[in-house]
Amino acid sequence: MNSKTMMYVLKRILLALLTVWVVITITFFVSRAVPGGPFTGEKAISAAAQAALEAKYGLDKPVMEQYVTYLSDIVTKLDFGPSLKQRGQNVNDIIARGLSVSVKLGLSAACIAAACGIVMGAVAALKRNSVLDRSIMVFSTACVSMPSFIMGSFLLLIFSLKLGLFPANGTTADGLILPVITLSLSPMANITRLTRSSMLDVLGQDYIRTAKAKGVSGMKIVFKHALKNALIPVITYIGPMLAYIVTGSLVVEKIFAVNGIGRAFVGSITDRDYPLIMGTTIVLACLIVVMNLLSDILYKVVDPRINLE
Amino acid sequence: MNLKKLSMHPDLDCFAPASDAEKEYMVQMRPSSTFFKDGLKRLMKNKVAVVSFIIIVIITLSSIILPMFWPYRYDQMLGVTPGRPVNASYNNLAPFEYGEKELERMEKGETIFPHIFGTDAQGRDYFIRVVYGARISLSVGFFASLIVLVIGLTVGSIAGYCGGKVDIVIMRIVDIIYSLPDMLMIILLSTVMKEALTPVIEGTVLAKLGVNMISLFIVFGLLYWVSMSRQIRGQILSLREQEYVLAAQATGAQGKWIIMKHLLPNCISVVVISTALQIPSAIFTESYLSFLGLGVNAPMPSLGSLASDALNGMNSYPYRLVIPAIVISLIVLSLNLFGDGLRDAFDPKLNG
Repeated sequence: MNSKTMMYVLKRILLALLTVWVVITITFFVSRAVPGGPFTGEKAISAAAQAALEAKYGLDKPVMEQYVTYLSDIVTKLDFGPSLKQRGQNVNDIIARGLSVSVKLGLSAACIAAACGIVMGAVAALKRNSVLDRSIMVFSTACVSMPSFIMGSFLLLIFSLKLGLFPANGTTADGLILPVITLSLSPMANITRLTRSSMLDVLGQDYIRTAKAKGVSGMKIVFKHALKNALIPVITYIGPMLAYIVTGSLVVEKIFAVNGIGRAFVGSITDRDYPLIMGTTIVLACLIVVMNLLSDILYKVVDPRINLE
Repeated sequence: MNLKKLSMHPDLDCFAPASDAEKEYMVQMRPSSTFFKDGLKRLMKNKVAVVSFIIIVIITLSSIILPMFWPYRYDQMLGVTPGRPVNASYNNLAPFEYGEKELERMEKGETIFPHIFGTDAQGRDYFIRVVYGARISLSVGFFASLIVLVIGLTVGSIAGYCGGKVDIVIMRIVDIIYSLPDMLMIILLSTVMKEALTPVIEGTVLAKLGVNMISLFIVFGLLYWVSMSRQIRGQILSLREQEYVLAAQATGAQGKWIIMKHLLPNCISVVVISTALQIPSAIFTESYLSFLGLGVNAPMPSLGSLASDALNGMNSYPYRLVIPAIVISLIVLSLNLFGDGLRDAFDPKLNG
C-alpha cells in the first residue's frame, strides 16, 4: 500500500466516522423533536407520574445534556438505554436478540446471491446472445424491478400457501428458506448483470487473446484470466447489497413473521418506542456505513489501477 | 474495341459544366436536424422504450380519467347506508359478484355496474381502489422527482459554476448525505414528521393530502437531491472544459451563445434522464413505506398499502395481492425501461 492509498483509506475512514456521528445526531434530535414527549397519548397519567417517569429516563434535563450523555453512552459503553415500551428490557438486548436471527438471514442471502449471481453472470457472458443468456437476462431484469415485499408475498403465496412446501412462519429453521430466497433474488440479479458486463469487457481484452493464441485451455482462461479480473467491479456492490438486504429484511421479516431486528424496528415504529427506534437505526446505519467503507477500500486495494479521486 | 481508352487525349466531356439534373443530385435534401429531433428518432427506433411509454401513458390516463365517471368511490363502503345496520353481503365480494340490494335491483331489470375485481373486507370496490392507488403512486413519483429536480439543479449548478470554496463545502455536505443509509433515514424522518406536522397543517389545504404524503415529499427533497446535484455539477464542470467550448471561444462566440448552444442542451439530457429514472425509485420507496404502514393515510389507497392489506386474507383472496403487485411492477419496470431508452437516445456518449 503506497502513501496515496493510505491517504485515501484515511479519508474514507474519516468520512465514515463523520457519517456515523451525523446519523446519531439526526436520530437523537429528530426523536426529541416529536411534540408531547414519549409518554403522552398512552393513558392519561398524572403530572407527578409523568415527572417521575421523565426523571427516571433523564428526560427532564436540558436537551444538550441528554445528547452528550446519549452519545458518550454509545461511544464508551455501546449502551442505548432502556426500552420505553417493553418494560424492564434494554434496547441492547432487543437488538442483540434480533440481530442473531437477522445476521443468519442476511448472510445466507448474501452468500446465495453472490454464488448464484456470479455463476449466472459468467455463464451469460460466455454464451453471449444465446437463449440461455437471454433467459438469464430476462429473469434478472424481472427480479430487479420487483419490490422485495411483492416478491416475498408471491413466494409466500405460491410455495407455502398453495403448494405447502415451506412453513409460512419464519420462526423455525426451515421457515427461513423462503425469506432467504426473497432477500437474495434482487442482489443476485444485480450481481448477475454486473458480472456479465464486466466479464464481457474482460473477454474482449488483449491478454485473453494472447492466452488463447498461446494455446491455454478454455477452462483455464475463464477461471484464471477472465473471472479473476471480472469479479473486481462486483466488490463495489457489496456495500449496496448489504443496504438492500437490511432494508429488505424489514418487509421480509414482516411478511414471514421472522423475529429479527427488522421486525423489532417496524414494531418499535408503530409503538413509538423512541429509544428502540434510535438504537436500531443507529446499529443498522453503522452496519451499512462500515460495509460500504470496507467494500470501497477493498476495491482500491485489489485493483491498484483505479484512480483514487 | 474502344480505342479512346488508350488515348492520352483528355476526354473533354468530363469537363463539361454540370447539367441541372446533376446539380440536383448533389443537393442535400435532408433538412437540418436538431439535437432533440435526432434523439426522438433514436428513441422511436427503440421498441422496448416505445412500448414502455405507451404502457405508462395508458396507466396514467386511466388513473386520471376512470375515477371521474366510475360509479363507485375509493372510500365508499357499499354495505353502509346511514341509519341502517351494515350490510355485510357487500364485503369480500369475488370479482363480478353483487351485494344483496344490488341483486334485488338487478332482478327488477336495473343494470348494475359490475365490481370487476370484487370488493375488499370493508365493502369497497376494489377496482377503483387499485386505480386510485396507481394515481397516488404515480403522483408521488412525479412530484417527488420534481422536488428532487429543483433542489438538485439549483445546488448542482451553483457548485459547478462557482467552484472553489463553495464547491468544496457543498460537495462535502453532499458526500455525507450520500453515505447516509437512505431508507432508514426516510423511515425515521417520516415517522417523526408525521407527529410533528399533524398540528401544523390542521385545517389547511395540505391536510387533505395527508401528513404522511407531505412528510414523504419533504424527506425526498432532503435526501434524494444529492445524486442529482452531483451529476449536474459533474456535467457542468466537464462541459466547461470541453474542446468544442474552447473552439467556440476561439472562433469568437460570446458567453451567452456558449451557454445556450453548448452547455444547456448537453445538461438537459442528463437532467431529463435522471429525473425520469428518479420517478420509479420514488414510486418504489413510496410503496415500500406504504407496505410498512408508513405511507399514505387510510382510507386513501396506494399500491403498497393495498398489497399490505391483502396479506391478511391472502389465502382466500390471492388476486387482491396479485393485482396491485402486477400494477406496481408494471409501472416501475416500464418507467425504468423508458428511462433507459431516454438515456440511450439522448446521451449517446453513455452508450457503452
